[in-house]
Amino acid sequence: MKTPIYFDYSATTPVDKRVAEKMCDCLTEDGNFGNPASSSHEFGWKAEEAIDQARKDVANLINANPKEIVFTSGATESDNLAIKGIAHFYHKKGKHIVTCKTEHKAVLDSCRQLEREGYEVTYLDTKDDGLIDLEVLKAALRDDTILVSIMHVNNEIGVIQDIKAIGEITRERKIMFHVDAAQSAGKVPIDMDELKVDLMSFSAHKIYGPKGIGALYVGRKPRVRLEAQMHGGGHERGMRSGTLATHQIVGMGEAFRLAKEEMAADNERIRMLRDRLLKGLEHIEETYVNGDLEQRIPHNLNISFNFVEGESLIMALKELAVSSGSACTSASLEPSYVLRALGRNDELAHSSIRFSLGRYTTEEEIDFAIAKINDNIGKLRELSPLWEMFKDGIDLDAIEWAAH
Amino acid sequence: MAYSEKVIDHYENPRNVGSMDKDEANIGTGMVGAPACGDVMRLQIQVSDDGVIEDAKFKTYGCGSAIASSSLLTEWVKGKTLDQAGEIKNTEIAAELELPPVKIHCSVLAEDAIKAAIDDYKSKK
Repeated sequence: MKTPIYFDYSATTPVDKRVAEKMCDCLTEDGNFGNPASSSHEFGWKAEEAIDQARKDVANLINANPKEIVFTSGATESDNLAIKGIAHFYHKKGKHIVTCKTEHKAVLDSCRQLEREGYEVTYLDTKDDGLIDLEVLKAALRDDTILVSIMHVNNEIGVIQDIKAIGEITRERKIMFHVDAAQSAGKVPIDMDELKVDLMSFSAHKIYGPKGIGALYVGRKPRVRLEAQMHGGGHERGMRSGTLATHQIVGMGEAFRLAKEEMAADNERIRMLRDRLLKGLEHIEETYVNGDLEQRIPHNLNISFNFVEGESLIMALKELAVSSGSACTSASLEPSYVLRALGRNDELAHSSIRFSLGRYTTEEEIDFAIAKINDNIGKLRELSPLWEMFKDGIDLDAIEWAAH
Repeated sequence: MAYSEKVIDHYENPRNVGSMDKDEANIGTGMVGAPACGDVMRLQIQVSDDGVIEDAKFKTYGCGSAIASSSLLTEWVKGKTLDQAGEIKNTEIAAELELPPVKIHCSVLAEDAIKAAIDDYKSKK
């Protein structure tokens, strides 16, 4: 077993070797290096063929038509294109957008930009389990609402929103529905025939494809129109100009093809490992799982060890590559906005650790992690004045802290 | 973010961790920071009749730099008079631990903690 052990698959994944091989075939002189837009010679045709296959493979994973797939540089660009593209195209219909406080920054910041342009945005609260209350969503819709943007799976806590139910609500009111599926594709079955979703964002590097490539599903029935954010040669039916990066796209296609084949088996194995990890940690006193455990991908365990600050725990767990909801490393010192939106208090938000498991996680690695954490929590709590006060029965909420 | 060796040393082998009876007349307690900000530091000093810090203890909830700053501070204040200890500057702590700019607030907190502990002790006199 090699250390550090990678438990940060929600941040990114290694490229699957089978994917990397296909990508390498599209780079050098003896490979498929042509410009897929070069329609006058065989180099171009061959590249176009590879793109077509990749587009099919991406579409297949979500049971969509390949014509509904627009390649972008990643999920961030897809989110930007969907949200700004819809807002700019349909602004005469209305200028109101509904999203959620726990969305990825790519969605939230796109919405903030639209607010600066004169649009109005409603940011929904979630319930304490991280899920959206459909009645709250319904109540937020107005006659001038043009777009609802809700993520499928949350990147920090792994909860799965009921996008099927939301799609029913939005379609009935003829409101466009965008879903950020960066964290769900390849982990949760997605069938565009069953979902009333108009736009969906994808990323390759979250499921063993390369970084720098993603896609936006743009539905054809009913037809979705949007204003391009990137102008140029009119690639991707005018929605996203720029020479198609054959190697990246081929990599994404192969990653999505493998995901379709291996998702069920991967999920079952990963669920077993996640449950093993949870079982090894949940007996520790004052430990809380963040987000609903049932409506959740098996890859994610976000857990707070109360009275132990996340970054110091990460320092103790230097053999484990995990991420923390505590942002002491950033200038803001703000704890995770997602955990705060769940109603978690600041101590718990600062004390959270996200484990995300993936295709290469082993049982041995899980057992190593369990032992490390159990060894270190006690030591850090001995250091913690909050733990001592808790043990002395002092109500921490009753203290007037001097915020700094 | 990479930590300096000194931070790692204090983090892995924190000096003077513990608690003193805050109600004793010769003990000064300073607790600064807030859980909302991700760090709470508690520094306690035991002061002799002639105003010399005989012993110091700390407990810190916070990142590695916050733990190291308070651990270092307990080493520095021992044997100092209250006036000398009150003159310790956060910049000296930051320099000793080679704290990066985003961690300077940890050293500020440590300076606040010793000042608060001294004030607490004096208020009991």
